[in-house]
Amino acid sequence: MPSIWEILDWPGTKWLFLAFGLVMPLASLLTWAERRQSAMMQDRLGPNRANIGPIKLKGILHFIADAVKMIFKEDFIPGNVHKGLFALAPVLALAPVLIAFAIIPFGPTIYPHEFFHHLDPIQVAQFHQHIPMDGEVGNYTDSIRLQIFSIDFGLIFYFAILTLANYGGTIAGWASYNKWALLGGLRSSSQMMSYEVAMGLSLMGAFLLTGALEPGAIVEHGASATFQLDHAMSGSNPLNWLWLWQPLGLVLFVTAAIAETKRAPFDIPEGEPEIIGYFVEYSGIRWGMFFLAEFIEIVFISAVIVTVFFGGWQVPFLDADGFRFGGELQQVGSMMVPTGGMIAPLPHWLVVLMQFGAFGLKVVLLCWFQLMVRWTLPRFRADQLMNLGWKLLLPLALGNVMVTALVRLISLYW
Amino acid sequence: MSDHGHHVEQTVGPKIIAVSAVHPRVRTIQIERPEDEDTTFVAATAKGLGITIKHFAKNLFLPLRKLTTRAKTGAAVAEKRRNDIETVQYPEEKVVYPERFRGLHRLMLRDDGAVRCVACMCCPTVCPAHCITIVPEESDSKSIEKRPAIFEIDELRCVVCGLCVEACPCDAIRMDTGEHAHPVEDRANAIETKESMMARGIKSIAKQGGEGPNWQSTAKNPQR
Ligand code: SF4
Ligand code: SF4
Repeated sequence: MPSIWEILDWPGTKWLFLAFGLVMPLASLLTWAERRQSAMMQDRLGPNRANIGPIKLKGILHFIADAVKMIFKEDFIPGNVHKGLFALAPVLALAPVLIAFAIIPFGPTIYPHEFFHHLDPIQVAQFHQHIPMDGEVGNYTDSIRLQIFSIDFGLIFYFAILTLANYGGTIAGWASYNKWALLGGLRSSSQMMSYEVAMGLSLMGAFLLTGALEPGAIVEHGASATFQLDHAMSGSNPLNWLWLWQPLGLVLFVTAAIAETKRAPFDIPEGEPEIIGYFVEYSGIRWGMFFLAEFIEIVFISAVIVTVFFGGWQVPFLDADGFRFGGELQQVGSMMVPTGGMIAPLPHWLVVLMQFGAFGLKVVLLCWFQLMVRWTLPRFRADQLMNLGWKLLLPLALGNVMVTALVRLISLYW
Repeated sequence: MSDHGHHVEQTVGPKIIAVSAVHPRVRTIQIERPEDEDTTFVAATAKGLGITIKHFAKNLFLPLRKLTTRAKTGAAVAEKRRNDIETVQYPEEKVVYPERFRGLHRLMLRDDGAVRCVACMCCPTVCPAHCITIVPEESDSKSIEKRPAIFEIDELRCVVCGLCVEACPCDAIRMDTGEHAHPVEDRANAIETKESMMARGIKSIAKQGGEGPNWQSTAKNPQR
């Protein structure tokens, strides 16, 4: 009989919590936020009417109205489509994005028995490496890691899975037996091809600096493994996050990632107002799934950018035992634990809450930024997109990898 | 400049390189293009983002600024700021229509409340949409020859041109109600009848038979 903590630490539970507790609500809220935000940028008001009785909430309830509408709309399937593939395509678009969330660490590790106490990071490190401890010892037997899968090939898994999402669009175009839908699907795959390479390469520099592909490790240590000078900095120091060490990688990745979400300025596969896209034959909730997938992808891209470049769930200067200024890293077994310095101790639950909240806040801010970009820039022409992808992003990403590797090499032998 | 006295005066606009001798209005102009196209789009992107973020922030903090400006300078300025948002919240706020806005038709009334129309058939004749149906009948009154037994306008076919009003010789039909055509669930309900249009009608200030002052001389119709 598993204990309650084991059930909570079970990946399925965590996935349910993440997907239906955090991601879906945020993605649905984004459907409202996008319309409201674009309105504000254009000096309009946007949707502010949906109400339950007198409760209006500035129109937030629109997403419920939308969902109800889409679910109860007629599920129309044209007569000559390939029924199986037609039904499969929206699932193929939606499922990979939700699966890919498995690698994202959305909070620190929680030690439930010590929840209301002050955590001693040295003891935690000793406990995990079976180093005998003396003095008063806390109970660290159960832990809940706020990450569904901690796998060594972490971000490679993300590339592999999210590429599958593109088959959703292509298959939708193919199954529709509609030449415009098919062309939309083709545009979607050609766009993916010109971006996937640059996108993977733009993260390569980050991998080199952190020495890890696992997002959890990147969040915990930042770039500290690279530079001997930075060994005094714990992972929570913002100077340790990769936005500082990989600025080019950040810009390249953001650009490529926006292309990946197939939104303006790269909405060539389907431009809402005027380009017929791959889901032209879809209606009702099937279309809604494509739409939801797009918004979940926004959340996911934000989560990846936050995790790799902005310290994930780290709050600046907040270590597991409280706010620390100064201090250094102490070797405990094979782990580096921040100690010393000026510290404002905080209980474990408060630290967890703040770090969890920080991750949410960063993700929301980046979602906001993506919406901002979408409503600012006009659409790229297909040839401009190819030019940008192959002639600019790819060489720059390659150059970034070279330079980073060189710096890494020098820092190793110097 | 040629010395044939046929030279091109150029003040503003693109530089004209050549003018066709056959067709003087056919000109070759030089368009200035940016020296080298910025293929990174970085500068333009940043500039555009700056503009949109400025608007976003302005409208996001509008309620806050409204409060502070009201505290500082009074409501007048605050109201002006509110108008940065162009949206008209329709059922609550309404834009004021221009005075000559052509709304739903109405049939004007005589002093005794009878219909003013004499079924002269001018308006169905002029109507470009053929949406006016009039069936005339003999009038009770000795001085009036005809009146409409049926007067129907299909508002779904009406193109709101106002020609019927222009054509009417006796101010019997007007479109000055300021109302839109009502939404209906059945096409048949979109047909305005004599009764429904008379219900909106008022007495005309134009006197029957040419007596009294010209109705146009009374600038404002108080009942409008
Ligand atoms: S407004 Fe024009 S279209 Fe409408 S009834 Fe009058 S004449 Fe006909
Ligand atoms: S033009 Fe005037 S008077 Fe003649 S039929 Fe039409 S409404 Fe009646």
